[in-house]
Amino acid sequence: MAFTFAAFCYMLSLVLCAALIFFAIWHIIAFDELRTDFKSPIDQCNPVHARERLRNIERICFLLRKPVPLLPLQLVLPEYSIHSLFCIMFLCAQEWLTLGLNAPLLFYHFWRYFHCPADSSELAYDPPVVMNADTLSYCQKEAWCKLAFYLLSFFYYLYCMIYTLVSS
Amino acid sequence: MSAPAGSPQRAASARMQPRLGGAAASGAAAGPGPAPRQQNGPAQNQMQIPSGYGVYPQNYSAPSGHCFQGPGKMTSLPLDDQCGDYYSGLYAVPTQNVVTPKTTNQQAGAQQIYGRAPPAPHNVGSTPEYFQGAASSASHLYTSASQPYSSLVNHYSGPAMYSANSSAVSQGFPSTCGHYAVSTVSNAVYPSVSYPSLPAGEPYGQQMFTSQNASTVRPVRDNSFSSQNTALSHPSPLPPPPSQQYHQQQSLSGYSTPSWSASGPPSTQDNLVRNHTGSLTPANNNPTNTVADSLSCPVTQNVQPPKSSPVVSTVVSGASSARLPPTANHLVEPVASVTQPSELLQQKGIDSSSTTSSASPLPNSYDALEGGGYPDMLSSSASSPAPDPAPEPDPTPAPVPTAPQPSKVAKPFGYGYPTLQPGYQNTAAPLHPGGQPCSPAYSGFQQYTQQYPGMNQLSSSLGGLSLQSSIQPESLRPVNLTQERNILPVTPILAPIPNLNLDLKKLNCSPDSFRCTLTNIPQTQALLTKAKLPLGLLLHPFRDLTQLPVITSNTIVRCRSCRTYINPFVSFIDQRRWKCNLCYRVNDVPEEFMYNPLTRSYGEPHKRPEVQNSTVEFIASSDYMLRPPQPAVYLFVLDVSHNAVEAGYLTILCQSLLENLDKLPGDSRTRIGFVTFDSTIHFYNLQEGLSQPQMLIVSDIDDVFLPTPDSLLVNLHESKELIKDLLNALPNMFTNTRETHSALGPALQAAFKLMSPTGGRVSVFQTQLPSLGAGLLQSREDPNQRSSTKVVQHLGPATDFYKKLALDCSGQQTAVDLFLLSSQYSDLSSLACMSKYSAGCIYYYPSFHSTHNPSQAEKLQKELKRYLTRKIGFEAVMRIRCTKGLSMHTFHGNFFVRSTDLLSLANINPDAGFAVQLSIEESLTDTSLVCFQTALLYTSSKGERRIRVHTLCLPVVSSLADVYAGVDVQAAICLLANMAVDRSISTSLSDARDALVNAVVDSLSAYSSTVSNLQHSVLIAPSSLKLFPLYVLALLKQKAFRTGTSTRLDDRVYAMCQIKCQPLVHLMKMIHPNLYRIDRLIDEGAIHVNDRVVPQPPLQKLSAEKLTREGAFLMDCGCVFYIWVGKSCDNNFIEDVLGCPNFASIPQKMTHLPELDTLSSERTRSFITWLRDCRPLSPVLHVVKDESPAKTEFFQHLIEDRTEAAFSYYEFLLHIQQQICK
Repeated sequence: MAFTFAAFCYMLSLVLCAALIFFAIWHIIAFDELRTDFKSPIDQCNPVHARERLRNIERICFLLRKPVPLLPLQLVLPEYSIHSLFCIMFLCAQEWLTLGLNAPLLFYHFWRYFHCPADSSELAYDPPVVMNADTLSYCQKEAWCKLAFYLLSFFYYLYCMIYTLVSS
Repeated sequence: MSAPAGSPQRAASARMQPRLGGAAASGAAAGPGPAPRQQNGPAQNQMQIPSGYGVYPQNYSAPSGHCFQGPGKMTSLPLDDQCGDYYSGLYAVPTQNVVTPKTTNQQAGAQQIYGRAPPAPHNVGSTPEYFQGAASSASHLYTSASQPYSSLVNHYSGPAMYSANSSAVSQGFPSTCGHYAVSTVSNAVYPSVSYPSLPAGEPYGQQMFTSQNASTVRPVRDNSFSSQNTALSHPSPLPPPPSQQYHQQQSLSGYSTPSWSASGPPSTQDNLVRNHTGSLTPANNNPTNTVADSLSCPVTQNVQPPKSSPVVSTVVSGASSARLPPTANHLVEPVASVTQPSELLQQKGIDSSSTTSSASPLPNSYDALEGGGYPDMLSSSASSPAPDPAPEPDPTPAPVPTAPQPSKVAKPFGYGYPTLQPGYQNTAAPLHPGGQPCSPAYSGFQQYTQQYPGMNQLSSSLGGLSLQSSIQPESLRPVNLTQERNILPVTPILAPIPNLNLDLKKLNCSPDSFRCTLTNIPQTQALLTKAKLPLGLLLHPFRDLTQLPVITSNTIVRCRSCRTYINPFVSFIDQRRWKCNLCYRVNDVPEEFMYNPLTRSYGEPHKRPEVQNSTVEFIASSDYMLRPPQPAVYLFVLDVSHNAVEAGYLTILCQSLLENLDKLPGDSRTRIGFVTFDSTIHFYNLQEGLSQPQMLIVSDIDDVFLPTPDSLLVNLHESKELIKDLLNALPNMFTNTRETHSALGPALQAAFKLMSPTGGRVSVFQTQLPSLGAGLLQSREDPNQRSSTKVVQHLGPATDFYKKLALDCSGQQTAVDLFLLSSQYSDLSSLACMSKYSAGCIYYYPSFHSTHNPSQAEKLQKELKRYLTRKIGFEAVMRIRCTKGLSMHTFHGNFFVRSTDLLSLANINPDAGFAVQLSIEESLTDTSLVCFQTALLYTSSKGERRIRVHTLCLPVVSSLADVYAGVDVQAAICLLANMAVDRSISTSLSDARDALVNAVVDSLSAYSSTVSNLQHSVLIAPSSLKLFPLYVLALLKQKAFRTGTSTRLDDRVYAMCQIKCQPLVHLMKMIHPNLYRIDRLIDEGAIHVNDRVVPQPPLQKLSAEKLTREGAFLMDCGCVFYIWVGKSCDNNFIEDVLGCPNFASIPQKMTHLPELDTLSSERTRSFITWLRDCRPLSPVLHVVKDESPAKTEFFQHLIEDRTEAAFSYYEFLLHIQQQICK
């Protein structure tokens, strides 16, 4: 029973993982909101509704967008940075297995962050494009996968934390 | 060498198959989601929005907040009067004035200047008031006091040119009317013309049929029934058709046969007439002929007063009832309600049994009718597509040619069927297979409607030919591509016809409006992946149609769960229930729908026009609008910097506007406004009551505001004189400007503010890179990279400004159309964003100059005419639905995607095309048919909410061979082109090129693996796909995708924009031009269009080997025509057609064919005119001599030949073969 650095890492990541789960859920809700624009269809065809809808899409895309400096509100960067923080901590704690489990997602995040369309100023969430069903379903699927991953890792961290606390 | 081939390894990423397909498949399974879900949101919206918005259109005087910015500033500024802002504002103006040479003494107050009354008339418009404002109101805007201004009036209107103009205009008006009337008549007549209504057994109808304006020869039909039209010019009654045959005819096939739809309904009426009065009259009858009808029939006593019943949709007593829609473009739009006496029905029922089988109506017929080719009528009507309400001649005679029928009281269409007499509940004639003559003639103003008459005719006649047994083997016949030397057929290629049973075939949507890349839909995604072919739809939803049933009904019948509109492919389970063909839900048939206004019978819901036509238009009820339909609002934003004045487009534009001012689509609420800009933004106050237009200048481009928000967009009719004054003055107003900067961004912001209360159309004319204010751009093109074979950069926008602006505009129902008239690089890729996302359109005139480049000037003139007068729909949305199991995932075109299947289109115009990619998410094993439905809800220019619905039905197949048999290679290539544009913008051009090559390689190798009995060393393709490699090669050599040939970046980007938004027919010409030999035109095989004989020379393949020195060739590239004249071309041709004595004397720049009175000249000209009439963009003609430098332009379109940078066709085939074998 010793409070090692590894144990501390797991405790911290446990807390932060909860935050990540929140982010993932938020993403899912946002995409779902984008996708299901269903009200009465007549209403939907209404020009007045068009503006509201556009605002909505832009707002969500704005939140999801690749962060611009000085705008802390976006949700993508916090998520990515928290996850990177994990990885660094596990690296320091020499928890190779955990690091290995997280590495794919880390690389994915890096790819996602730096891989921009030619347009370059915005990430994948570009209002004119995001409603294309394949983009949207891709984003949605991504969000679900992440949620699953974070949930699993939550329990994994919990287990690891107890294990490190108990074992040593 | 490596260029076209791309990298030899076919990287997976380079495939065009959507990489995210899997994701789409699983992720979207949730699909449309539960409908009632977000109830809070909408409620809120509804609460909030109307308050800001819903003021009635008249009261736009209470604009949204930002409009007040201006006045606010105005008041605040004088208070802190020395503050910098004001100061700069005040002085900014004089500075600008220094530049304009006219005003020399700018220190002076307004009055002073004023007194000196500058001599040039244009000065009046600009400067004096300007000063006055500066002096007096001390704000950014300088409104001239009208009183001093008026003393200049003389000056202003003094110049001869002006007065000449105005008189021309005033004369023009009546003459227009006259012209209009003429065209109306011809309109009324034309539907009778030339439908190739050939029976199934009839071989190519193309040659046979002739079309004439006044009366029609209806070619061979089994029970040859000659319907003739009497027009006004033929007052003498023609012999009525034998009634027996007539009945047969009627019982045949219903409305959807062309012949039928044209002749049927009216003849019914006719019969009525005859029944009634015994001896009557002519056989003419076409719904559209009502004009003629009502004039020539003595019986028509109760002609409705023209404007009396726009609301009441039917007239009670008639054999037919017409509605008078206030829409501009439809002359007569009889609502489909022709009534039939019941005994007629009975007869029909009797006759039908004998004739049904022999009839075999043509599937495309309706379309053929559209394509029936009346170009000459076209040309007449094209000039006046938007009738001004005032001179509109048609309502007078047209409205209701009611043959009185006292004994049977017809019920009005939308009402009253419940009180039907029992006699009408006529279920006794169950046999007639759709003989309901709905008379849906939409005799609209067709400008270019008749696309490719020949093609359509042929297609329909082929359709008649192609029985199911015969089409299969032909389209599957393996073709050895490397052996086949003449792969290109000599006749135009037609859309394949879906392999459906005859009943469905004839009901199906016309391929001109709606095409699928695979006419046989594979059953599973696995099968589709195996076939390696793109699956998608090509849409041209707002196409000009000659025939469109317009339906007014209280309830529009739609599926309760998926909201599909009822269509011909639903199944009626019994009298009271129908099953949706998209989601398979069983719905109730509403009571109203049970009554068929056409037959005036009850209990035949399957005979309603909605169920008999796959393309219909509904007049939407007030449920479909929350705010009142918007008026037509047009704003012109004009560049008047030095560059623009130099190019001289203003003259052409103003002239064109003056000519077409009365033809702008709209009603009495139509509004119009003008904004000009150089380094400042100039508004024009055209408020009614002013004596002259006032120019208001805003020099604060960082924070644009509207000087007088409510008088800048004015009612077209109330302020017409002021508008004309302004248009006459504008071209000369800026002649001496030295302002070279262009503040496009701020001008667009101003336009957005101006338009946001109403929405509408903004037309932006720009001649250079925007260099000031928001959205300024730098030149990004490196001229040395133009012919680079490697990376092409800067295909994407440089800034988000235009995209964001477009999205804002789209949210306010405003579309931005861009006219780029530029001689230098103008970064079209950035500027185009303003139109792309706001559903606008883009026109580009490279190296435009009104005098130095007359061909471009002429092109601008013609296209402006079309642009200004074509039909337009406002605040539109388009929803595409498809059978459960299929889903759409990517859209191409100009729009904003608002929801996964809903496109938001601020404006819709008849020249806009769209493409949609599809994927198969669930196996379609339990169904044999799939359907696609597009519904376009828009506000017509007359302020009516309308829904245009197209439904396409396709069979599902389970074998790979069937999938290949049904490939529509043209649609596939257009879809691929769209995907490739996306690919080149998102990744790179070379990637897109590789993907195109891979598309061919994959599909052909997939095919050859299915054909086991052939050795794999040869390159084979199914007959349906035999043109695929050729077209892909053409795409690779198209401006948008070519490498290695010098291509200016703007040209390339423009080609990409065109690919994205042109409808299929036009796009195909751009990709693969048509080449004809024209020095030996003969009348053999010619078609007759109106009174002209249009020769139909065979298509030549695009190769220099076909060009002989002895010949002359015409190449039709869609937006440009080339006539190539060989060196030793027959002198007779040169003399007779080109009007030159010999080859040497042909001028270098020749853009017109002289009107010579020789047979060959006539033939050539009628052929070219015929080609021209088929398209919205009027092509420029270039005569290219064999040795002139311009011939490289011509030769680069010969895509089968080898160039330095690209394969020849044969090499390309070898390359593909190599790739397959690997």
